[in-house]
Amino acid sequence: MNYTADRPMETKTEKEIAPSERKASKREVVLDVKDLSIFYGNKEAVKSANMGIEKNAVTALIGPSGCGKSTFIRSINRMNDLIPSSRAEGEIIYEGINILRDDINVVALRSEIGMVFQKPNPFPKSIYNNITHALKYNGQKNKKVLDQIVEESLRKAALWDEVKDRLHQSAMSLSGGQQQRLCIARTLAMEPQILLLDEPASALDPVSNSKIEELILQLKEDYSIVIVTHNMSQASRVSDKTAFFLNGDIVEYDDTKKIFTNPSEARTEEYISGRFG
Amino acid sequence: MNSRITDRIATGVFYTIAAIMVALLLYLFYFILSNGLPQVTWDFLTSPSSSYQAGGGIRDQLFNSLYILVITMIITVPLGVCGGIYMAEYAKPGKITNFIRTCIEMLASLPSIVVGLFGLLIFVNITGWGYTIIGGALALTIFNIPVMVRVTEDAIRSVPKEQKEASLALGITRWHTIKTVLLPYAFPGILTGAILASGRVFGEAAALLYTAGLSTPTLDYGNWNPFAENSPLNIFRPAETLAVHIWSVNTQGLIPDVREVANGASAVLVIAVLLFNILARWLGSVIHKKLTAGK
Repeated sequence: MNYTADRPMETKTEKEIAPSERKASKREVVLDVKDLSIFYGNKEAVKSANMGIEKNAVTALIGPSGCGKSTFIRSINRMNDLIPSSRAEGEIIYEGINILRDDINVVALRSEIGMVFQKPNPFPKSIYNNITHALKYNGQKNKKVLDQIVEESLRKAALWDEVKDRLHQSAMSLSGGQQQRLCIARTLAMEPQILLLDEPASALDPVSNSKIEELILQLKEDYSIVIVTHNMSQASRVSDKTAFFLNGDIVEYDDTKKIFTNPSEARTEEYISGRFG
Repeated sequence: MNSRITDRIATGVFYTIAAIMVALLLYLFYFILSNGLPQVTWDFLTSPSSSYQAGGGIRDQLFNSLYILVITMIITVPLGVCGGIYMAEYAKPGKITNFIRTCIEMLASLPSIVVGLFGLLIFVNITGWGYTIIGGALALTIFNIPVMVRVTEDAIRSVPKEQKEASLALGITRWHTIKTVLLPYAFPGILTGAILASGRVFGEAAALLYTAGLSTPTLDYGNWNPFAENSPLNIFRPAETLAVHIWSVNTQGLIPDVREVANGASAVLVIAVLLFNILARWLGSVIHKKLTAGK
């Protein structure tokens, strides 16, 4: 848990960019994406993507706006189901099951694969009730247990110290960065296996941003994380693997260090060096 | 003509139209209240109406109006809210949904006298109830439901998409999300809509003429048994409401003080509807503030 505490974010050397690179090859694959295509009506937003997302690692999805990375991440917990015109082909294998199948219990799936969105979206309830909202739905009524989960989740999301004295105040009174960490805490309370973060820091100020990054590095000890980001340096700081999306294709998917130092594809290099996008 | 002058003329026209609307409303209020308020005394509000002598009040009519309103809302709100939830969350875009929407709009635009005649046929004759409060309430339900459906649908649709996603992404079912996230968020809108609909119901006369009737039995306000003949709570008794009373004393009243009674009753009616509107706005803003507190 002290992973980042003695390592100031600003003074990283290149060697440290992908801190767990040595372990990279040993990690098991938690989500195996095979020939995944996603359509909105007739438009193919993701074109037969293949990607093995590794366990206890941070996988960053980068690429210009409209390249399909958000569509991709939203298909992993079936949030695209909310869009009537969308349809997915191919497979995403999680624990041996293709989660794109029609008979999948989407509700159960989403509690295993949690998601945090770009815009902090706490419920207009108290901080405490934001976290217990889903727990109560799942039948947990024991006050002591709830108290304990609330504290644990807030601690994991590095928010406990800031809010422990005002748990019953409205979540709307928190700052944007705090709200976003509350949303992460709320998701962690469900004890998911995988955490999907859709541009979690892009609506936040730089300080909140770096807090979220520290948090991500801590969380990957316990969770497998997929993060969509527009911020190149963020991707290079927090992720172990990076996938570069362009016009619905995965142009390159490799260790973050390799993508940022020695990409195989010219287009990746052009994008990373800021020549387009 | 240059664009600055055009702009000025347009502004002037809009201001004039707005001023006409305000003036019209103020004059109406002035006229009704200045004629009616002097008649509105405690005695007027608490004595029963009389058939032949001067000095009758509107006690029963006022009670009937409120009681029919309550019964109507008890039927309308659950049905309307469920319909609104269906239209906002479950109905898939397509021919069937469009058909349902057209039906709702048609229902909302039916003339109330037609609804009244329909009520006479169904709730009075076919059921064999005769003129009853429940018959009146059901007739009012017919044109109140579309309003409630529309209001609920709009209120639920205006809940930010992020709120719904947040709940669904936590592994919560759609129904539970509707119940615990969407409905609380939409509540101020639904409440405001319900109160505004109440104002309409309170002032409705045509639909009640042939359903709730033009008479009220002698009521004993000490009798709270809803099945007793003379109980004010009995829903199977005829009940003349305030709006119907205004119409009936004006057209077939035999009392010498027709004008005074009609004016007084009108003032009470207008004040009640005005109160509904103010209450709706006030409650709506209070709850909205509470919801977004600390922002």
